[in-house]
Amino acid sequence: MRKRKEPISDTMLLMSITIGIFVVLYALAMIIWGGGFLKPQMLFDMLNDNAFLIIIACSLTIVMITGSIDISVGSVTALVTMVGVMILNGSMLNGIQTALGAPDEFRIVIAAVVAILIGLAFGAVQGYLIAYLEIQPFIITLAGLFFGRGMITIISVDPQKAPQNLMDICQSRIDMPLLGSPNKKGVMIPAHIEIGVIIALVLVVLVFILLRKFRLGRNFYAVGGNMQSALMLGVNVKRTRFLAHLLSGLLAGIAGLVFMMHVGAGNATNATASEMNAIATSIIGGTLLTGGVGNVIGTFFGVLTLTTIKAIVVTSGLRDPWWQSITTGAMLCFFILLQSVVLSRRGRGGLHVPGWLKSSGRRKE
Amino acid sequence: MEKAKSKRSFVPANYSQLLIPLIAIFLLVIFNLIRDPGFFSIGIAANNNGYPVLQGNLVSILNGASELVILSMGMTLVTAASGGQDISVGALAAIAGSVFVKVLKSGAITGWSVIGGFILCCIVAMIFGAFNGTLVANFRIQPMIATLILFTCGRSVAYWINGGATPTVESPIITAIGSFIPGIPIPTPILIVIVTGIIFALIFRFTNLGLYVQTVGINQGAARLNGINSVWIKLLAFIILGACCSIAGMINVCRLSLINHETILINIEMDAILAVAIGGNSLGGGKFRMVGSVLGAYAIQMLTITLYAMKVPSTDVKAYKAIVIIILVVLGSPVVKEALSRFWNRLSRNRQPVRAGKGAE
Repeated sequence: MRKRKEPISDTMLLMSITIGIFVVLYALAMIIWGGGFLKPQMLFDMLNDNAFLIIIACSLTIVMITGSIDISVGSVTALVTMVGVMILNGSMLNGIQTALGAPDEFRIVIAAVVAILIGLAFGAVQGYLIAYLEIQPFIITLAGLFFGRGMITIISVDPQKAPQNLMDICQSRIDMPLLGSPNKKGVMIPAHIEIGVIIALVLVVLVFILLRKFRLGRNFYAVGGNMQSALMLGVNVKRTRFLAHLLSGLLAGIAGLVFMMHVGAGNATNATASEMNAIATSIIGGTLLTGGVGNVIGTFFGVLTLTTIKAIVVTSGLRDPWWQSITTGAMLCFFILLQSVVLSRRGRGGLHVPGWLKSSGRRKE
Repeated sequence: MEKAKSKRSFVPANYSQLLIPLIAIFLLVIFNLIRDPGFFSIGIAANNNGYPVLQGNLVSILNGASELVILSMGMTLVTAASGGQDISVGALAAIAGSVFVKVLKSGAITGWSVIGGFILCCIVAMIFGAFNGTLVANFRIQPMIATLILFTCGRSVAYWINGGATPTVESPIITAIGSFIPGIPIPTPILIVIVTGIIFALIFRFTNLGLYVQTVGINQGAARLNGINSVWIKLLAFIILGACCSIAGMINVCRLSLINHETILINIEMDAILAVAIGGNSLGGGKFRMVGSVLGAYAIQMLTITLYAMKVPSTDVKAYKAIVIIILVVLGSPVVKEALSRFWNRLSRNRQPVRAGKGAE
């Protein structure tokens, strides 16, 4: 047995703080407010509503570990949702289905393929421009955000709705064994989750394995930690950054698919500001924008923490619409300060200049 | 030798960073003139109150860009000093506008209450700016993350200040600030921009702020060794940006005569950062040129107005804007620039094969 004598790494420390805070918060909520928090369905509903957020937070985590940023994920999600819904209700790409003579259910497959293709296209273009042409990621992905949002209204100005029979398949519930809560009549209602949650959880595990065990994942950390050293060590920096953005685009496309399966309607305001929520949850989960530090498990708990706070705000009677955002901001402030203090006490409180800003090519001193 | 060297670069190095915004504006002007020769004609017409005022697309471009120009001036300072961007300017402008409206609604709207409201909203915005600045300067958090806090909750704070309503303010004074002062044919927001620009020019002329900001942005450690209080300089940059936000918020409130926390200056933080980047300033901090950002802001507004003039629906504008942005930054990217200048060199060498004195080198 190998004994680990080295101190806990920054990644693990920040992640365990987040997990600890989530557990404490949820336990407190159960004790103080009880009610809904005691039912397992509450937790699963949080997952159901935020499956897409978990996925785009994963993509943000990958990109942020690489020392870059991607703020286009929210608009890619919304665009994919719109396109997917239009495929489902037959107003787009209907020819493929009729040509194959396939049943209506086949449209879901087409939607999934198109979702992945759109995501890959966004990721590839942005990744190429950022990694090989060395343009600042913020500007490129900002353009991606504008493009995605603009395309939604170009495709369709009116809100679209998916047909009910297909949505029933998409939203089919998976009952959880042994978990559930009695309703008013005393009948046991089993707790349930949607397919999207399973996809999200599988992706979290896959990304976790990728970051832990595969060379590509380790390269992400190396490039984010110090691009120069990574280059010296023989890491193909450009390709690594390109792949990070490609992966992020792919995940955003899948997130769009999951979002579509959850809401079943295309709308220009879908997933508004979700990119900032994703950044926020990544930060809460212990990922640093400077790059090189982060973990998807932390991000997953970051999403849960954020949702728990929002649920607590609603349950505790602060029903005015502004309280949710204000408490989210306050919590974000708390976590950011916590990270800053923790890292500076550990002697890493030097100047945090994000790596992607250094690569602008203008400053080569 | 000297001659050969100067021939190699397109423009003097000092002004090369203004190239991108100028090319962008130039292309847009040419495009518009081809499309509609009378696009930039300026006419004089009577407005609702019967005063003669200037009208035309050029005036509406200059007028509409006012808030963006003021914000991009402040954003340039923050970017240069801290090497990051403030994404909370829109939210901060919403807060400032709410405070302004709150003061105006507390009594009759007179000249004094407008001045008092402006001073109060300026102070509030500067306090919030100082909050952002403290997080960045003292706690050494990246600016984008630090301002994400205010970005998340700023508009809700504005909503809370308004008490969950979207109040309107009607008064001749408000109209005078938002559109025209009676007797002066130029829209007032343009005058405010000119005044703000003059104030910044005077600050840079008579103080060392510009130099200090650049020094802190380029190398914080070296700045400290030279006796510059880098924490204070960063804080100051954010406080100045706060003041800029309050001016922008006030202009927008006066222009629309109402405050809507959800829609006031929405997405302007993105445009302001874009203006700084198009202006040729490094988003990594250090050297800056405020003129570049101002030109960048006008280029963005000109693009928007051009698209509107081409009957593009306002919701679709974003997509076309994105394409133009991508083309611009690809042209300005270091790799493409290098390739272009290599290409240029080869062209000029082919033209004058004898004079390129390789022996002298």
